[in-house]
Amino acid sequence: MATHQNSLEWRASVREIRNRLKVLTERYPIIANVLIIVLSALLGYFIPYLAAEPIFRTEFNNPEQNFILMLARAGWYSMFALGYALVFSILGLLNLAHGAVYMAGAFAGLWITANQDLPIEYALPAGMLAGGLIGILVDWVAFLPLRARNAPRTSQLISSIGASIFLVNLAFILFIDQFNAPVNRFPAEKVNSIRAFQGTVPIERIEVFGLTLIDQLDYTVFPMQVTMFVVAIVMLIFLQFVIAHSKIGKAMRVVAYNPKVAQLLGINVSLIFAVTFFLSGAFAGAAGVLQGMFRVVGPFMGSEVGLIGLTVIVLGGMRSIPGAVVGSFIIANLQIATIAMGYSWLEEAVVFLALFLMLLIRPQGILGEPLQDRA
Amino acid sequence: MLELREVTKNYGGLRSLDSVNLHAEAEMITGLIGPNGAGKTTMINCISGLDHPTSGEIIFDGHSIERTPAHRITGYGLARTYQNIRLFNQMSVLENLIVAQHSDGRATLVEALFFLPSHLREYRQQRERAFELLERFHLMNVKDAPAGSLPYGDQRRLEMARALATNPKMILLDEPTAGMNPIETHELGEHILQMKEDGLTILVIEHDMSLISQVCDEVYVLNFGVIIANDTVENIKQNEEVIVAYLGRED
Amino acid sequence: MEFIFDLLTPYGITENTFQNMLIAAILGISIYITLYAGLFSLANAGFMATGAYVSVILTTRYEWDFLLAVGAGIIAAGLISAIISVPVLRLSDIYLAIATIGFGEILVVLLRNFDRIYELIVNKEETITGGATGIKGIPVITTTEYLLLYLGIVVFLMVRLHRSRFGRALVAIRQDNKVAANMGINVVYYQNMAFILGAMIAGGAGALHGHLNRIILPENYGFDRAVDILTFAVLGGTTTIIGPIVGGFIIAYLPEILRRTDLVGLLGDIFGTDLGRYQANVRDMTVGMILLGVIVFLPQGIASPAMWRRVANRIWNLFNPAEKSDA
Repeated sequence: MATHQNSLEWRASVREIRNRLKVLTERYPIIANVLIIVLSALLGYFIPYLAAEPIFRTEFNNPEQNFILMLARAGWYSMFALGYALVFSILGLLNLAHGAVYMAGAFAGLWITANQDLPIEYALPAGMLAGGLIGILVDWVAFLPLRARNAPRTSQLISSIGASIFLVNLAFILFIDQFNAPVNRFPAEKVNSIRAFQGTVPIERIEVFGLTLIDQLDYTVFPMQVTMFVVAIVMLIFLQFVIAHSKIGKAMRVVAYNPKVAQLLGINVSLIFAVTFFLSGAFAGAAGVLQGMFRVVGPFMGSEVGLIGLTVIVLGGMRSIPGAVVGSFIIANLQIATIAMGYSWLEEAVVFLALFLMLLIRPQGILGEPLQDRA
Repeated sequence: MLELREVTKNYGGLRSLDSVNLHAEAEMITGLIGPNGAGKTTMINCISGLDHPTSGEIIFDGHSIERTPAHRITGYGLARTYQNIRLFNQMSVLENLIVAQHSDGRATLVEALFFLPSHLREYRQQRERAFELLERFHLMNVKDAPAGSLPYGDQRRLEMARALATNPKMILLDEPTAGMNPIETHELGEHILQMKEDGLTILVIEHDMSLISQVCDEVYVLNFGVIIANDTVENIKQNEEVIVAYLGRED
Repeated sequence: MEFIFDLLTPYGITENTFQNMLIAAILGISIYITLYAGLFSLANAGFMATGAYVSVILTTRYEWDFLLAVGAGIIAAGLISAIISVPVLRLSDIYLAIATIGFGEILVVLLRNFDRIYELIVNKEETITGGATGIKGIPVITTTEYLLLYLGIVVFLMVRLHRSRFGRALVAIRQDNKVAANMGINVVYYQNMAFILGAMIAGGAGALHGHLNRIILPENYGFDRAVDILTFAVLGGTTTIIGPIVGGFIIAYLPEILRRTDLVGLLGDIFGTDLGRYQANVRDMTVGMILLGVIVFLPQGIASPAMWRRVANRIWNLFNPAEKSDA
């Protein structure tokens, strides 16, 4: 009985701390986000480091390189997962077509640069615009009719899977039609024409507040990788800022709380749905274009990152937007650590094991609120 | 029959039940009244096992049930109805009554697969009992209709019949008169008194006083999660605190 | 058997297509039973893989008798589902769906790397699952008769289940699991049993499917397969046992429908490309459309008795305008 009481008190104090943290993060979202990112990144510095020491250390497997790889990967995942988490946290919808939207964004960026011969600077906005519009389209086709008749959430899951399969295979046909091949690259000379993406940059020393993080690194970084990380951070902060301070962000929070109440307050709920899906799709599109420039663009590029993104938001907490970034860092860390230890063939297994275990241990995720059991 | 000792229930930071003590005498009708949001439904959920109290004890018929899963509590002989009717809408009226006899059945899937006599006998018994209840609650003519398609009054009666089909010793009625006119309410009161005659213990949760006056032997008053009074119906009606709690609500 | 094919061949149903239709129907029933218990699980592709790999390894490596190996496949799928069911079924709704997707993916990765893990543990190199290239040269033992027999057994099981205490409990749970608990039904137990039963049915389908095509690959049992299985049930509907069977038949027959209606050629004309080589993608695109269309317009599925009754009523009213029934 006493232990029961103790654990109750302990839980109450944990809840108290969490509530205070929540108030603080809501008041200073940008500071909180930067803190979360820095903490996650620092954590990420040591995990691959330990993994790479000392048995597996080679010329191509050193902690500094792993750290950079991890950052790039975390950036990629964050960009993708932010949109995922946005739609789930505001609208309560799990949009499994998010991977297809990501692919569609990449497709649009590629089409603009390779087929329409426009400068590469147009690729990112084009990808974001296409992603956003297709996001809205997915909402109209797959979610709106079900919302109208109050269908169960699992139906929405099914319809989004249907939309995803449809989009991916339609894209396959379009890829064949437009580029005569399912898998394509951005034209290399155009990608390299952007100064920020040019070639590789040797890094010798990285210092943060006088603390030497990296010394005498004989590894070169693709600026693309860094770009991805930076864009992800900018997006996260932008998103948090919009939600916390803008008028539409406030409306979004009301909708997240209860769409019916929002309606009564005179908020245009359908507009909020459209805006949310547009933002979510635009983020996915940006991730698609950037990753597509770095690697390749193809109809199935969204399926792998789709499942990883799902893992990311489950880990971070499906209702939490900063959670998407935290989850991205955890997954990127796990993957890089696995690779560094020499088990690159378990790279995928680690992700899904993390997904599975997280759901069993703490289904609401690291930053999520406990799931309410409605009687 | 049923006893609650210092039952407390917290939701997040909110305390919806605060050290509630309650005693429902066997073969009596106990009433629980209180304004909306007083914690009545939380309490009935805790008793019937859909929810569990944060602390305190609930004893039913000699069993300590505050952590027991709902299906086992039903097995001990406690049945309930719901404030907003919750029938199995897509099942027929008869099936609703047969499925409620689950605890009394023993037949496994294997017995059903091979048409073993034990399965057939059990099904026949359950049907017979269901027919008795249909007769008693005047539902015979709609026995094959989907429960969801019945008119409101029939649904209320079916829900009570279904609770009785679980073969209970005690029954919890959660706002049984919600949405009924005075005549229907009175008729329902007769049903409840009949159940008492049959030896059932009853706990009625209401905020309508007319049913309470008609049937209850003893009344508890719950307000903001605290029991503020416990007495006979006549005395409760005179109680200052109760009147304030109710007048505070009325607008 | 021959006369059946004589009847079906004009419709483009070769023996191979017919076998695929039967397997699809069985898989449809395997997810139907979990949906019947109110569980949205996408794990059945994984259980199918379990049944396929276990039985194929037993017949090829250890030269077991075919039927024994199929039995072992069913039991293996049942065991794995029993192990994961207790923790996984604490989740519900989309969380259950995600967890079962995760399970399926883990299983695929495990199958792909089984030999390496085996080597890590036993320190002995051996080819058991054959990694990403799968197991080749499997004897083709499964016949249409076996499939019909298995489908018959499964359908009989389901029909009897509907009329049993077990089945009634599942229906109650699907409609309202809290009230079901208050009626004395042990919700956790029955959901676990339904989950395991579905897994065993899928395991048997996997074992039969494994001995049909000479080769099995981990990729055959991934997320795409899980979605296919889901489509069988969604398309047909899950109110009656007919639903998943009809759904499975249609989806397995779909490539032939597409060929006959020449949708591939039509799409090719629209895009000005020859899509002949990409029939699989056109087929998948159609599956996506079906999934979306059915869930939006026919949430009960196309084999829903209620819907057909409505349609029949409407036609009846068309010819008898005087008597308006308010159906």
